[in-house]
Amino acid sequence: MMTRCTTHLLAATLAVSSLVTVPTAVADEQFIGNLVYRSGAYATSGIPYADGFSDYIQLLNERDGGINGVRLDLEECDFGYNTDKGVECYERMKNKGATGLPAVMPLSTGVTYALLDRVVKDRIPLITSGYGRADAADGTVFPWVFVPPATYWSGADVAIQYIHRQLNDLNGKNIALVYHDSAYGKEPIKTLEHLATRHGFTLHRFPVPHPGLEQKATWLKIGRQLRPDYTLMWGWGVMSATAIKEAAAVGYPRDRFIGIWWSGNEPDVIPAGAASIGYKSLQFSGMGNDFALHHQIREHLYANGKGAADAVDKIGQIPYNRGVQTAILLTEALRGAMARHGHRPVTGAQVRDALDNLNIDTDRLAALGAEGLFDPVKLSCADHAGKSRVQIVQWDGSAFKPVSDWIEPNNELMWTLYRESAARYAKEKGITPRRCE
Amino acid sequence: MFYREAGVFKTSYAADQALLTIPQDRRFMAVILAIAFIGIPITANDYWLSAIMMPFLVLSLAALGLNILTGYAGQLSLGTGGFMATGAFAAYKLATAFPDLNIIPVILIAGLITTAVGILFGIPSLRIKGFYLAVATLAAQFFLIWMFNKFGWFTNYSASGVIDAPPRAVFADIYVTGTEATPLAKYLFTLTVVVVLTLLAKNLVRSHIGRAWMAIRDMDVAAEIIGIPMLATKLKAFAVSAFYCGVAGALWAFLYTGAVEPLAFDVNRSFQVLFMIIIGGLGSILGAFLGAAFIVLLPILLNNAPGLIGLTLPTDLVSHIEFMVFGALIIFFLIVEPHGLARLWAITKEKLRRWPFPY
Repeated sequence: MMTRCTTHLLAATLAVSSLVTVPTAVADEQFIGNLVYRSGAYATSGIPYADGFSDYIQLLNERDGGINGVRLDLEECDFGYNTDKGVECYERMKNKGATGLPAVMPLSTGVTYALLDRVVKDRIPLITSGYGRADAADGTVFPWVFVPPATYWSGADVAIQYIHRQLNDLNGKNIALVYHDSAYGKEPIKTLEHLATRHGFTLHRFPVPHPGLEQKATWLKIGRQLRPDYTLMWGWGVMSATAIKEAAAVGYPRDRFIGIWWSGNEPDVIPAGAASIGYKSLQFSGMGNDFALHHQIREHLYANGKGAADAVDKIGQIPYNRGVQTAILLTEALRGAMARHGHRPVTGAQVRDALDNLNIDTDRLAALGAEGLFDPVKLSCADHAGKSRVQIVQWDGSAFKPVSDWIEPNNELMWTLYRESAARYAKEKGITPRRCE
Repeated sequence: MFYREAGVFKTSYAADQALLTIPQDRRFMAVILAIAFIGIPITANDYWLSAIMMPFLVLSLAALGLNILTGYAGQLSLGTGGFMATGAFAAYKLATAFPDLNIIPVILIAGLITTAVGILFGIPSLRIKGFYLAVATLAAQFFLIWMFNKFGWFTNYSASGVIDAPPRAVFADIYVTGTEATPLAKYLFTLTVVVVLTLLAKNLVRSHIGRAWMAIRDMDVAAEIIGIPMLATKLKAFAVSAFYCGVAGALWAFLYTGAVEPLAFDVNRSFQVLFMIIIGGLGSILGAFLGAAFIVLLPILLNNAPGLIGLTLPTDLVSHIEFMVFGALIIFFLIVEPHGLARLWAITKEKLRRWPFPY
């Protein structure tokens, strides 16, 4: 009996240990913590994002031995898109490694809001690429928050610009907005209302309650009654696919239906099948799996069985490319901080200063093998958003293809709105905006 | 042997009516309070205070509120999330409209506003019972969240519908909200609120009001016949419960996260709190705390466990193990003790009383 128990125990131990890699935390490694969702309802886009992020970090480790000889120690914390767990993950990781968390990238609007106060106190920069608070573009009020490459407000402006180009005149036109009824979905409304009065179109709002599986009434109204000239969507997860199916069911033309970048993932369009063909979306990252960086990831990681994704053909999915993009933003900031503070692990405050001076231009992108994977980013102490250029892509049944060049939002207007909103936030929170010279 | 009331003589009515009549109980409670007020602040780091103790305390308070309504008065409610949201948004409106108001009145008045809302949604309980009442309170849940989403006034017309807690101090410059607040100050403030309200609840449920609630829970017709006014008693339960949930919501928004959107208090929050009292023990003050500990702390422990014993498993595997073990434990505890963890604790005390000579 005893021996049998022991054998079983041994077998179990062996089974577990085969999954286990021994943690090797060394003092001269740069700790990087990433909040991911590999479980839960949104894992379909969370997994490729986390894989892209991880692959780029491991590529730097395998190919270059880290950054300036400082190896990168990546740790993931799975929060399943649950805000409470995300906060717990952040608190768990913020002091790990030699210098703590260099920056936090939550990929969740809920967690972003919950961390806004905490990152100021902990002196850790918060990078929200294409989500979170748009007015955090104002670096004087939000010194610790960075929003490159685009904000929801600039996305809304680009969408209207694109529609303007297609219709030539917006006066008297009808534009509908179908949005997830949450902080995320409501972000563009003020911008769109502002643009509506400026251009003379009418904005019709259609909130969709979470999770967004029930949109029959919404689409009957849009497709049969209102027939707007264009429809915009701020959808997330299962809501986007449902909306596309419903649009098809009421015969609303898909090429007049434009989603925000989070509604432009492969899992959003594939479930609707042929109904999605022609559907458009905004994107801030390049399409495809043929960038120089992808070849290096295949060569250095997947050829040696070290890739994060379970199959090599997962490389180049849209969330994957966004993960790579976020990893590049972070590691370029780490590089900038090390250039100033020496080739050793850097702290959140040092990374913040580097982000304030971040400049990833075309040459730098080419050197990284990421030319076309994203638009050049240049930040400053006051400007935490950059140019915010995005492109419109269209689903052709098998892939998203660009149908426009990189469109720059009306940044003059954007900044009026950012400053106005940030000033209100500063007043409410008792923040004295920092001076930027 | 270790735990008995033999030899404890009560010589006054006050002693007879004390909350804890057995000296061991009193000592035990003193030790717990000493650990909570002195031990944890000395030993715990930021992670423990702000990521583990804070959500545990706040959700304990919400569970306490629901337990008064569901566990003591027998009125099944799924509106907890909506009441928490009401507390949070009321506190936000108060704090921004009256910048000079101290945080304590802000939270208390927010609780009172939630009380009024709770009474309003409690009115149907006179006619509707059991599962049907649960559905009626579900309407409260959806209506309140919809309302905070729909009308910009509640969020001071913020673009995203998110409310941010303005920095507020208890006195002088001891901030409990905003960026200057330390996790320790937040923890101690929350702990004090929770302890005071728990003491209040404990006394309330053994007063005539609490006994009336339990009479209604056990058999409402009989209770009515012996002269307990139905509507007033049920509404009292809704009022007190809503007050606790409102305070919990205000603490959640202001002290724990610092910024919330209405979605943080969606129906899943209501279910979470309901599961807490089912697992912790219906009709038990202790049960609210045990249930909150089980639902809030256990997943964190399970998630950290592989790392603590030196294993580095893939992230997704850790999460999936956590779900499986957690689910299995819920089923296990509901099978071995359907009356909740509080009942397990009561049985343990019974056994200790007779140990080592059981009959």
